[in-house]
Amino acid sequence: MKRLRWDAILGLLGVLLLLVGSYIGLFLAPPDRHMGEVQRLMYVHVPTAWISMLVLTAAFVFAIASIWTGKPKWDAAMTGATEVGVVFGALLTAQGMIWAKPTWGVWWDWDVRLTTTLIMVVLYAGILVLRSFVDDPERRATWSAVAVIVGYVDVPLVYFCVRWWRSLHQIQSSPETVASSMVVPLRINSFAILFIAIWCIAQRARLEMARRRGESVALPPKRAPRTAEIPGTPQGVDNV
Amino acid sequence: MSERRRRVFITLAALLVSVGVLAYLGFGGIGENLVYYWSPTELKASGDQAVGANIRLGGLVEPGSIEREQDGLTLRFAVTDGEASVPVSAETVPPAMFREGIGVVVEGTMRSDGWFETRRLMVKHDNEYQPPGEMQDLDIKELMKSMQFEESDT
Repeated sequence: MKRLRWDAILGLLGVLLLLVGSYIGLFLAPPDRHMGEVQRLMYVHVPTAWISMLVLTAAFVFAIASIWTGKPKWDAAMTGATEVGVVFGALLTAQGMIWAKPTWGVWWDWDVRLTTTLIMVVLYAGILVLRSFVDDPERRATWSAVAVIVGYVDVPLVYFCVRWWRSLHQIQSSPETVASSMVVPLRINSFAILFIAIWCIAQRARLEMARRRGESVALPPKRAPRTAEIPGTPQGVDNV
Repeated sequence: MSERRRRVFITLAALLVSVGVLAYLGFGGIGENLVYYWSPTELKASGDQAVGANIRLGGLVEPGSIEREQDGLTLRFAVTDGEASVPVSAETVPPAMFREGIGVVVEGTMRSDGWFETRRLMVKHDNEYQPPGEMQDLDIKELMKSMQFEESDT
């Protein structure tokens, strides 16, 4: 029997926790006194926000490690974290809009929180596009790592903007402002989404390493005439 | 060694740009020029200058000020920050969260007769999530604080 990788076990645990946390959030936790049932969106929206910022912070650290050491594994980890960050950021924006319409009355407004979050998603998506245009693996690693480090500026802004400037979005909640019966499913889902994120990043990093190995394999030369072929020697695979 | 130096240089340069931009945005006073909404006090203080331009006004719905017109379309209420209060005429369906004492941001224009006219009414709620139960009394100062309507000093 094939053994499960550590990250797959973590991912499965994450999915399980997400089911448990969401069940508690949807059926056992009380509704909010003013918002009613729609407040239950918190149990996915807030963890998605936390984890997307955390994942992009990891991408930032991996980017520094990647330029500093030049090792492909850090570049692969950075790619995985950036991609997961973009996907989570897009989910975050969509969840936020779904929550905003019934509570704030609008799908969108150009408030600082929403604007910086949108910039975050578009910026990191742009970095992934930039990556795909560079053929040389070393240059690709350096360029995208620099872009990830410089682009990281926006992530603390997403977090602090509601405290620094006037906004429509409320400031961060804390265990003091959230009923303890709501904190429990929030915590469970946060770990769930964290584990799922780590799983996705590990998978994606592994894929990136495989791609990189594939790139360093020379393309097979045009097939020589049959008569010149020496039996038993594979053609063009000299550097794996 | 030169390769090593190049790497260190690129890392530090990228970090410097990152930290520099963040410091500039966070502490460079950009918030003074980047105002998402005006408070009733600011709107009142600017007098005629505010008339006609498309702006946002933010504050709390003054308790006891909500009135609905006979036409069933127009909603009238006052937006307050505890000091000044601006009467608002809204031609829109308010979200379910709209009530006395809730935070609102309205987008529209100031009329010369002192009314703020809006078609875009947004609710700005606080960061508290509690089960249904006891309702507290409305205290404007407390509400202002919990909905972050007071300016921070950065």
